[in-house]
Amino acid sequence: MLLEISDLSSHYGRILALKGIDLRIEQGELVALVGANGAGKTTLLRCLSGVQPLSGGAIRFDGADISRMSAEGRVAAGIAQVPEGRQVFGPLSVEDNLRLGAYRRRGKGVAADMERMYALFPILRDKRHLPAGTLSGGQQQMLAIARALMGAPRLLLLDEPSMGLAPLLVAEIFQTVQDLKRQGTTIFLVEQNATAALAIADRGYVLETGAVVMEGTGAELLADDKVQAAYLGL
Amino acid sequence: MFAEFLQYLFSGLTSGAIYALAGLGFAIIYNSSHVINFAQGEFIMIGGMATATMVAAGLPLPLAAVLAVVATMAVGVALEKFAVEPARGADVTAIVIITIGASIFLRGAAQVLWDKEFHALPAFSGDTPLRLAGATLMPQSLWVVGAAVVVIALLWWFFNRTLFGKAMLATSHNRLAAQLMGIPVRSVLVVAFALSAMLGAVGGIVVTPITFTNYEAGIMLGLKGFSAAVLGGLGSGAGAIVGGLLVGVAEALASGYLSSAYKDAIAFVIILFVLFFMPSGLFGKKGTDRV
Ligand SMILES: Nc1ncnc2c1ncn2[C@@H]1O[C@H](COP(=O)(O)OP(=O)(O)O)[C@@H](O)[C@H]1O
Ligand SMILES: [Mg+2]
Repeated sequence: MLLEISDLSSHYGRILALKGIDLRIEQGELVALVGANGAGKTTLLRCLSGVQPLSGGAIRFDGADISRMSAEGRVAAGIAQVPEGRQVFGPLSVEDNLRLGAYRRRGKGVAADMERMYALFPILRDKRHLPAGTLSGGQQQMLAIARALMGAPRLLLLDEPSMGLAPLLVAEIFQTVQDLKRQGTTIFLVEQNATAALAIADRGYVLETGAVVMEGTGAELLADDKVQAAYLGL
Repeated sequence: MFAEFLQYLFSGLTSGAIYALAGLGFAIIYNSSHVINFAQGEFIMIGGMATATMVAAGLPLPLAAVLAVVATMAVGVALEKFAVEPARGADVTAIVIITIGASIFLRGAAQVLWDKEFHALPAFSGDTPLRLAGATLMPQSLWVVGAAVVVIALLWWFFNRTLFGKAMLATSHNRLAAQLMGIPVRSVLVVAFALSAMLGAVGGIVVTPITFTNYEAGIMLGLKGFSAAVLGGLGSGAGAIVGGLLVGVAEALASGYLSSAYKDAIAFVIILFVLFFMPSGLFGKKGTDRV
């Protein structure tokens, strides 16, 4: 098991945002987390990346308890996040954004990985000297994904990568996610776009007001009446 | 007529270079934390006082200068570690007030460690003035401007060519994203204080042969550096440099053509003018980044 979350809870001040979350991700899996706006999806990813304190429970990554580990430590351990809203470093060049994604890495692999990212997203190569802030929304999303991949992660956390993108771009991003999975990356995909996410996921979890209310394979959840009514608009 | 103007210009650019360095110090810390560090002037004072003391004790000037820069950087790091870091999470205004407290403390400590007297340094390469189109230029002025140019070039290289420098820029733009990349954002703030202290110390060392220094010399220099940073647009490096030179030249012209009584008032007039009429300064961010 690559990631195991047990009985995790987290607060914003006195507000309980996550309560008793149990969740696991196997090596090589693509796991989706779906839920309405405000359910706590982003908070859970923040907890995993070490930028939001836990008030209870534990996170084990590759067998080791990382609940108290610093954010830097988790990146070094192999957890990379593509945050909600992309959050690229606007004034810095596309290339510098990619280089900073590999901040924790030393050595030769970095240049080769940069080439891999340009092969994956050729538009980034064309714009590599431009400030990231000048890219379109879809290009910024590609950059945010490539930047996280530059950390050579063992677990990639994606927070609503389709948010605010035109349908054609959404399809492209989901295609990329599937390609990454096929190449062996373990992925935890958070989405409000539940249909698309569950369709490509091995397994999924449904989060409601800070608690997991359902889990199953992607297909099971897609076919579930309650999921359909609540999240798929069917 | 022209010679007179040139004379004021030389003098203004010389002090402007010091204000530019101080202004850059404000900008670096502001970018890393949105804190305005009112102890910036004390870095200038400590750099000058420490060098003067060591030279008086017989150390060669280059060694004394290097040691003074290192000592001032240590003070900058201590300020971050013991005064700013413990208040992390407090409101920015509270931290700004802490830096005001720290500046008072540093002045008091300097008064105890040294005294209230003025301390001098010999000019680095003599006192024979250079003549230029009827105006005279002291060799020390060239040291001041030259040191500023070198330090600014090094800073440019650091922020644009080194990974840690870029990580600092990234952190000031988006702290959360920087954390998610594994950038140690706390060290970024420590380095920002060290760099700002270095900028102040270098300015203090090269200007001491011209102006002398004492325990409270940092008050005015700090305020002028602040007005340079505000005029340039808080957080803009290029703005701080241009702002520093403009403040220096403006006060030299005002004290030359009007009365030297106006010299120190100019910086305050500039601060007020900018705050009222152009709050984002000359180079400040006008729009927001595309999301
Ligand atoms: N910085 C914050 N301070 C206080 N409450 C927050 C903060 N961020 C999120 N919340 C609250 O926590 C809950 C979960 O938010 P979030 O994790 O962003 O949900 P999601 O990503 O599923 O939309 C929401 O009720 C939200 O209002
Ligand atoms: Mg969210």
